[in-house]
Order: sequence, then C-alpha cells, then structure tokens
Amino acid sequence: MLDASDEGYVTEDGRRIGGVLMEMKNITLRFGGVKAITDISFDIREGEIRAIIGPNGAGKSSMLNVISGFYVPQEGEVWYKGAKRPPMKPYQVAQLGIARTFQNIALFEGMTVLDNVMTGRLNYMKTNMFQQALWKGKAEAEEVENREFVEKIIDFLEIQSIRKTPVARLPYGLKKRVELARALAAEPSLLLLDEPMAGMNVEEKEDMSRFILDVNDEFGTTIALIEHDMGVVMDLSDRVVVMDYGKKIGDGTPDDIRSNQAVIDAYLGVAHD
Amino acid sequence: MFRAQGGTDLAQSSQAAGGHESIPALLLRNAAEFGDKPAYREKEFGIWQCWTWKEAEQEIRKLALGLINLGVNEGDFIAIIGNNRPYLYWSMVAAQWVGATPVPLYQDSAAEEMAYVLDHCGARFVIVEDQEQVDKVIEVQDRLHQFEHLIYLDPRGMRKYDHSHLHEYAHVQEQGHAARDEFTPELEKRGQKLDYASTCVMLYTSGTTGKPKGVVLSNRNIIETAKSSAEFDHLGPGEEILAYLPMAWVGDFIFSIGQAYWTGFCVNCPESPETVAADLREIGPTYYFAPPRVFETQLTSVMIRMEDAGKLKKRLFDIFMAHARRVGPAILDGKPVGGWDRFKYWLGDLFIYGPLKNTLGFSKVRVGYTAGEAIGPEIFDFYRSLGINLKQLYGQTEASVFITVQPDGEVRSDTVGVPAPGVELKIADSGEVFYRSPGVFEFYYKNEESTKSTKDAEGWVATGDAGFIEHDTGHLRIIDRAKDVGKMADGSLFAPKYVENKLKFYPNILEAVVFGNNRDRCMAFINIDLSAVGNWAERNNIAYSSYQELAGHPKVYEMIQSHVEEVNASVAEDEMLSGCQVHRFLILHKELDADDGEMTRTRKVRRGIIAEKFDDLIEALYSGKTEQYTETEVTYEDGRKGSIKATLEIRDAKTVPVTTQKVAAE
Repeated sequence: MLDASDEGYVTEDGRRIGGVLMEMKNITLRFGGVKAITDISFDIREGEIRAIIGPNGAGKSSMLNVISGFYVPQEGEVWYKGAKRPPMKPYQVAQLGIARTFQNIALFEGMTVLDNVMTGRLNYMKTNMFQQALWKGKAEAEEVENREFVEKIIDFLEIQSIRKTPVARLPYGLKKRVELARALAAEPSLLLLDEPMAGMNVEEKEDMSRFILDVNDEFGTTIALIEHDMGVVMDLSDRVVVMDYGKKIGDGTPDDIRSNQAVIDAYLGVAHD
Repeated sequence: MFRAQGGTDLAQSSQAAGGHESIPALLLRNAAEFGDKPAYREKEFGIWQCWTWKEAEQEIRKLALGLINLGVNEGDFIAIIGNNRPYLYWSMVAAQWVGATPVPLYQDSAAEEMAYVLDHCGARFVIVEDQEQVDKVIEVQDRLHQFEHLIYLDPRGMRKYDHSHLHEYAHVQEQGHAARDEFTPELEKRGQKLDYASTCVMLYTSGTTGKPKGVVLSNRNIIETAKSSAEFDHLGPGEEILAYLPMAWVGDFIFSIGQAYWTGFCVNCPESPETVAADLREIGPTYYFAPPRVFETQLTSVMIRMEDAGKLKKRLFDIFMAHARRVGPAILDGKPVGGWDRFKYWLGDLFIYGPLKNTLGFSKVRVGYTAGEAIGPEIFDFYRSLGINLKQLYGQTEASVFITVQPDGEVRSDTVGVPAPGVELKIADSGEVFYRSPGVFEFYYKNEESTKSTKDAEGWVATGDAGFIEHDTGHLRIIDRAKDVGKMADGSLFAPKYVENKLKFYPNILEAVVFGNNRDRCMAFINIDLSAVGNWAERNNIAYSSYQELAGHPKVYEMIQSHVEEVNASVAEDEMLSGCQVHRFLILHKELDADDGEMTRTRKVRRGIIAEKFDDLIEALYSGKTEQYTETEVTYEDGRKGSIKATLEIRDAKTVPVTTQKVAAE
C-alpha cells in the first residue's frame, strides 16, 4: 500500500499519487507562552487528499495557517516543491499556487457569486486598473478568457442558478460551495480546506464530499483539509494526520488511524484509574 | 396568417412533404431546406450554445453510426434517462434512425422504478446523462436480463468505473464517425425502411394505478398529431420553445420532437433544472407549455414579492391588475372594448403588465397551454388578463396528447375545449369520455389485456375520465376520474377531484385528498404549500422550525379551516355535488411525495395508496376524535428510509345544509 519512496504510490482505486509536494519539518508554534503546535512533522504528496483531524483545540487550524503562511512558526521549516519556503505574506503564498477556504466563510457578501469567483482569478489578470476601467482590447480579452474558466468552475460545482445572486442572500451550505469555487478559480496546486463540512446537514455534507472527490479526481488538485466529522474524513482522505493538544499522535491511512490506540483514546477519552 | 420572418416558407413545403414518414426523414428535410437555422440551443458555461439543423443532423448521424458500431439491431429498445438536453433528444432520433425504439424514462425515478421499466421493455442499450443515472442503472443491472451497454453523456466522476460495458457519448460518436464508410450504407438502408407504420417511441404512463404501461406510438401517431396541432395554432419555423418538462412525458415528445421536426422550430434547453426561470426570460419562448402547478407557483411568487414591494408599486399593481382583470381577457379575445379602457390598459401594459411579462419570460408568448390538471379560474384569468394567450387542452399519452383544445377566442377556465382536429368524441352512458383519432396509440407493450380493455375494435379509446359536452358551446367538461366518481351512502354523487381542485385553488393549499365513497360524509387531508404559508408566517411573526411544526400551527389550522368552509359554500351551490362538502379535515404532517409512492411522477395523487397508508387517520376522521397520533415511513432522495411521528389535530368545518340551500334557491 503505502510506499515511502519518492515516486509516490497508487491508491486502491487506481489514482496515482506523486512525490512530496509540501513537507513540514519539526514545526513548533507558540502564542506567548502557549504552545499551539509542538514539534510536528508530516508531508503532503502530489494528488492526494490529506486530512488533519483532532478534537477541539488540538491545533488543527493553527497548522493550516502555518501551511498557508498566515502564521510563521518559531521553530521548524516548511518545504514546498522541493525548496525551503521563507516567511511570506499571504498574497505571496497565493502566488505560489496555494488557495484556501475559511472556517468562518470569508466572501465579499455584497458581491454576486460570479464576481466573488472572479476574484479568485486575480493572479491571472495582467492588465492594470486603468486598462480595466477602459475595458478595451487586452483587458476585455483577458476578462473573457478568465470568465470562461470561471464558468467551467461554476458548472463543475453546479452553482449556475445562483451565478448572479449576491452572496449575502445565500444559505450557509451554498456559501461554502462558493468559497470552494473561488479557491478553485485560482487553479491551485495545493488546496486547503478549513472545516469544509462544518455546520452542514447530511445532504450538504454528501454533496460537499462528492465535490471534493471530484475536484481531486478531475483536476488532480492536491487537497489538505481539516475536519471534525470523523466519518467524512475516513471516507475521503488518502492519509490522515491526527493531532491532540498540539502534538501529532497519529499519521497514516484511514485504516491505520482507526486502529490506532492513541487516537481512540484522544477521541473517546481514557479512564483514569 | 402566421409565417416565419424571411427564409423558407416551411408550412407550405411540409404540405408537399408527403414522403417524410419518420422523424429521421424530417430531420434530413430540415437540414436540407433550412440547414443554417437554429434547431437546438442549450445554455452551458453561461452562454447559449447553438446547433443549426445541419449541425444537428451531423451530430445525430454520428451517434446513429456509433450505435450501429456498438451493435444496435433493428427492433431493439434504447432507454434514455436524463434532463432535457440536446444530446438526449439526438439520442432519440438516432435510435429511430437505426430502427430501434427510444424509451425515455423519468430522470427522477428511483432505481427500483427504473428497474421495472428497463426490464419490461428489455432495453439492450441505455443512454444516460450523468454519473447519478449511471449509478442507478448499475445498481439494478443484475435484474435486467437483456441489458448490455450503457452510454453516458457527462464524463465527470466516471473515470474509475469499469468501462467494459460503459461508453462515453462523445466516444460513441467519434467511433461512429470513424467507421462512416463502413456503416453509412447500413444506416441509409435502415432509415429508408422507416414509414408511418413503424414505431416512433414508447412512453410509459405514469401509472396512477398499478404498474406503468408502455404506450407504443407510431410515426403516424406522432407526425399526424404534430401536423394537425401545428396547423391549429399556426405554428411555424420561427417558434422558440423551452424544453424543460420531463422527456419521458408525451407532451414533451410532441412539442420538442414531433412539432419541432414537423415545423422546424428551435428547441431550447435550460442550463439546469434550477435555472429554468432565468432561462425562460432569456429565451422568451413564443410557444409555451406548463402544467397548472407551474403557473400556480409563479403567481404565488409574484404575489409574495408584491406584498414586500414599496407602497407606490403595490398600489400601481393593484389598480392596474384590477383593470386588467376587467378588460384584459376581452381585449385578448378581440371583443369590443371602449376607447378609455383600452387607453388605460395600454398604460397598464407600459407600467405593469409589460415589465411583469418580461420578468416571467412571457413577453413573446403567442400560444401557451396548460393541461394535466384543472387550473384555478383566478390563476387562469391572471395570465389571460396580462395578455398572455393561455389556453387549456385535454389529452393523454394514449392519444399522442391531443383530445380537446381551446380555440383562440373560446377560452374558459372550466372547460377543456372542443375536439382537436381529427378527433372524434363520445360520452358513454356511464359518463366516461371516449375518443378516436389518428393519434390513438398502437398498443400497450406486452400487455394485450390492457390494450383490449382500453381500445375497442373500432379504435375508440376509453379515457378513464368522466365528463360531459356542453350543449350550447360543444366544449368538453371533465368532472373527475371515472373510477373515482362514486356514490355517498345516501346515493348522491361523490366526485373528490372536483372538491380537491376547489381547495387547491387557494395558494396556501398544495394538495388535498377527499374521502367519502360509500360513507355518509366527506373528509379531507390537506397539504399546505410551504412557500406560501411560510411567507405568510414570516409576515405574521409566526415562528416555526419545520414543515411539520408549521403544518400543525393553530393559526394555520384556522386559515385552512376558513378556506375549507368557503369551498363548502361553493360546493353547496352545485345541486349534483352538494353532498361532497368537507365535514372534517386534518393537515398532514408531511408533503405527499412521489418517492413515497403517494403521488405519480407527474404529481397526481394516488388515492388508494394514500388511503391505505394513512388508514389510522381516516379512521380518526370518521370516529370523531379531535387528534390522532401517527407514524409514517418516508423515503429520502437517496433511497434510505426513516419515519416521522406526529400527533395531528382534527377539526370540524362548517357545512352548508343542503336543504336550506334548496329552499333559498326556490
């Protein structure tokens, strides 16, 4: 099954997983005296769905923020595409091809779904503000080209019917989908999803799971996600990192994790005799 | 007389088109005569993609060759499942071209229901839209003895499937095109064999009772019907229609294939089922069809939004709508109307009717039809008063749709019109309506017994509906399903649908089921309309968290009770049916649903199943209890089952004593 060599491995359902895309080496993150993450190492391979799970306050979101470059860890190194990544501003990280969604949806509420998704194409727009204001020649061609790509995403995520609806009017589940659309519009090589199923009902969760799998399958996008819902995680991901109190307590395939005693203890609690 | 602007005068050329005795023949004619005119449009990636008749012919040809390549034989059945998309319409024509019979299925059927139809017709090939439908077919494939190949349109999510029996639509076309030299002679040969007598399509009836039946319709049925109905409404090649109703329904087949191929008009497919309203507005169809439910929903949403509009807008709307109700229908029918009224109507059109029609997508509608169920007079008049030529027709699958239609200028909400061209009508002693026409179906597939009991040797077909022909106008009026018309305990007539329709005309009531056959009094189940009642609740500060809670709210009960009592008063006025007043009623805790078998896929209530399923509630209604605890099994969309528990309140409704009514009348 899991082959540690750098050529990657082939999953049970025949997907080819490539070499290491991102590697976290001995990451430690502190807020003042509080250690949010203690000495954690793991890697994310090209084309895989990698989940980070753990109980409340385990440090999952902090970990995702380290990956996305939002937090700079005090110790440890982040390696991306074979090179050590220096501390960066979030926009620079985006230019590297890393896109994300947020636990508490961060969309432009007053703008339409279409405009929100178009913002995801920012890094592909070369014309400046004045050219765009005139909307002639190059700017127009550029917009048409990017709109075409955005329409494909809209079609893919089945949000055609809300294309022109202001985001503020949408229900929660759809907003989450719009956020995913915006992240996908950036054509990321690494997609980070912060609790994509939080607050959803069963049907919305099923839809979202299907979209995540389809994105991975269709575009070959590498996905790292944080999730609460164990069932969903086990069905979706290729490999899982389990965190508890800022420490890594497990790392492996869903089957490994299911039988890992430390994980069971963390989730179900241990009786103290 | 209506003619398309510019280009070929098709109506005339089709008169002379005696040799075109099949849909593929008509396709070739259209491609030759006006190949550059749009035949299909579909909105995809936010843009209307267009195919001309010439392009459509090429696409269909490629697919037909691909089907031969896959081994389709003459006489095979090819099932087609999916939303309205040009590619699936092409599948039907390609199937006909290679001598096979297309069998469109309802795309929202559960796998179980599909299994029955697929097995019954013995489809060797199934063409589906996407992964969802592929999964359903794969789920039941072990039970389908003749099933061999599955062709899917949308490759998304399909990569990991075992492709030994799975083919992508585009690949089938490519392979067919690549082998064109080899298979074209075979295709030509098969195409030439098609004539009026050969089968055009097999459609399964929705089955209000029992298992669905496969209605076999010949090319004669479809083409003759398309021809005479197109002439009746002067349809030409310039028409635009929006194909959004299920492809498995005979109406869609007649409009989107029969009439479209006969006259050569353009069929537009919506982007997705959720975008129909927006797509309708963009296309602005000239010829439109919708069941009453669609018009009801639309009117409800207009009214709800007007409630929320500003004072000035609301006032303008009220004034001009009142005026439109008074003179609009007369103006539409070309009857004499005074100059001042005309001027005021013109103003209203400028400010209210025009913009409203534009919003609804009805600006260009020249002919609109509604059928399938009775439509509420208020709903009907609303649209007609706006200047939309909405008419009623009465038909069924077995007749290739048309039995009666309303001619322009003779439109009323309480009749279904005069016999369509070529249709003969007679009423049996029992009150049941019989008809005979060129559109009458050939037979029920593998069901000789039903064929015999429905169609007699002279070609007369029993509709199963009870009705009568008005003496002075010649219009047909339908009372109810013949088998539903019963007797009350005292021998008076019991026509549940008549009362249910009156109830359903209230926007707050989505469905009603009335019981009373062989009983002394009538009782009713009511389903509230969540969007209408929900909005009402919002405006009246009534909090609710679920359908069930809203349905059981005392205020809602009060409102529904007043509706029931108004209906009782109106029913009491009809001497024959005054016994059908509703004495007691309850509001159901769940919506009646096709997934639970309570309705057909075309949303007609299945009385027998409902009576069986909720027998405890019926018992409680008749026993005089004021509430009843019940548990109901429900099926979710993904096929899982669950149950809903509820204690339902039962209320008495005031009835109008029949005897005093008579006294008052005298």
